[in-house]
Amino acid sequence: MAIPALVLFFAFHTLPALTGLFYSFTNWRGYGTWEFVGLKNYINLFKDARALDSYLFTFKFAIVATILVNVISLAIAIGLNAKIKFKTTLRAIYFIPNILSVLIVGYIFNYIFTFFLPDIAQVLGINALTKSILGNPDLAWVGVVILAVWQACGFNTLLYLSGLQTIDDTLYEAGSIDGANKWQQFKAITFPLIAPFFTINMVLAMKSFLMVFDHVVALTGGGPGRSTESISLLIYNGGFAGGEFAYQTANAVIYFIVILVISVFQMKVLQKREVEV
Amino acid sequence: MTSQEGIALETNHKRKKSLSLIKFFKNKDTNWTTTILLLIGSLIILFPLYLTLTVALKSPQQLAQSLLAFPKELHWENFSKAMKLTHYFRSFKNSSLIAVPTVFITLLTNSMVAYAIARNMDKKFFRFLYYYFIAAMFIPFPIIMLPIVKEMSFLGLDNRLGLTILYIVYGLSLNIFIYIGYIRSLPISLEEAAIIDGANTWQIFWKVIFPLLKPINATIGILTALWAWNDFMLPLIILNDRELMTLPLVQYVFQSQFSTDYNLAFASYILALAPMLLVYIFAQKWIISGVMRGSVKG
Repeated sequence: MAIPALVLFFAFHTLPALTGLFYSFTNWRGYGTWEFVGLKNYINLFKDARALDSYLFTFKFAIVATILVNVISLAIAIGLNAKIKFKTTLRAIYFIPNILSVLIVGYIFNYIFTFFLPDIAQVLGINALTKSILGNPDLAWVGVVILAVWQACGFNTLLYLSGLQTIDDTLYEAGSIDGANKWQQFKAITFPLIAPFFTINMVLAMKSFLMVFDHVVALTGGGPGRSTESISLLIYNGGFAGGEFAYQTANAVIYFIVILVISVFQMKVLQKREVEV
Repeated sequence: MTSQEGIALETNHKRKKSLSLIKFFKNKDTNWTTTILLLIGSLIILFPLYLTLTVALKSPQQLAQSLLAFPKELHWENFSKAMKLTHYFRSFKNSSLIAVPTVFITLLTNSMVAYAIARNMDKKFFRFLYYYFIAAMFIPFPIIMLPIVKEMSFLGLDNRLGLTILYIVYGLSLNIFIYIGYIRSLPISLEEAAIIDGANTWQIFWKVIFPLLKPINATIGILTALWAWNDFMLPLIILNDRELMTLPLVQYVFQSQFSTDYNLAFASYILALAPMLLVYIFAQKWIISGVMRGSVKG
């Protein structure tokens, strides 16, 4: 069983990845003839303002979304782990966004940002928000962050919740006998003990947000202008419609290296902290 | 009355008052501040869904009058119009014909591969396989995106079958990681007993191991189903034929035709979200515990 899996995996995953790497050294447009151009695609990428902008947007978005998702998810998880009423129902509600298609939820949020929020802002007299934030090149990325956080929190909350349930209650009893307040208990007991869950949540969230695609397609299509064009969307747009097959594969190779470096760096830094505590 | 007596009386009174409250709320340990905060927070989750449902049930005139209010008269015809426009049953069938086989074949095959690797980690080849599959988790999809489209259309797999294969293969990395963590926690003595009884590897897997994998199979099944059903990017790049389009992809393709009629668009969104929502309402306890288990074992 392992051999067919190896063959299929090689054929549908490794082979296309290698083909991509190969084409990144050519000038293929996705059709017609091609020739080798060496590192030209890679050199051009570093001078390409459009590519640079997409990296800036993607990073800005991924960092803010990762931090927000982890802070909010941890807070919700602690709440859901406390002695509360309607525990099962509340857990069920907070996970709903994760079972829905991001694209469709994105269309719904698009409507909320375009019509609902400006209406509310008008009634409340908040002039700054009477126009859709999605139409504003400086603010559109905030809309993408809101959608991403709304959609992703449920999953990370569940991961934190399962981490919290591994903590022995007697530790908190001992803590309160020693006179520790809630914040001290969180700092000294909860957070150190769920550190492995924190690491995995940070890495997973960052990785998936760096790949952002559906959110952007549904909310802004990359606009206004190109202010919210993520790296995935740029590779898709340029590669399929723009005749930049080889050029965008080179972009994808750089993207791969960037993601790998960030993931390894995150793991190293966060795991080091785990060991210290 | 001395001041101490006064304080004593007052605390006594407070205690009595809180006692009646305790009786009222039954459980003295309940943290009500947290409960109320979480209830308010859940409105942020539910509000967009409420808005979607009410917009889907209004007429354009009603929508123009008031965005928030519950519709006075219900325009169910929005749903039937949306169904006709997007060929709802066809795309529902397409989504099902991809997601259901994906889940079943993933459970049957990925668990076998994981078992083979987990029990042969002392051999070089299987250790290589393990790291090979795990390492693939770090390869971002866009690097494969452009070549895989060429490859799939070259192989004649730019259809439902092709998508099913891709979901099964691409799930392997993460699934093996979760399965192997779980299989390692199973006692090896069970298999040794089966070997003494004369069972071969195939029989051991199906009769001894696979039944023991039930909880983790539930986890993998749920995560795979959510992914295969909701995914937008793979169908977008692989499928060309309109007749084969999945539920999310149809929403994307018809977006331009909805552009003026939000009621119709929202009816269509509800129709596309409903299958998963219904499954979730009936199986939420199971789904939530499944996802939580995956994270502890994985």
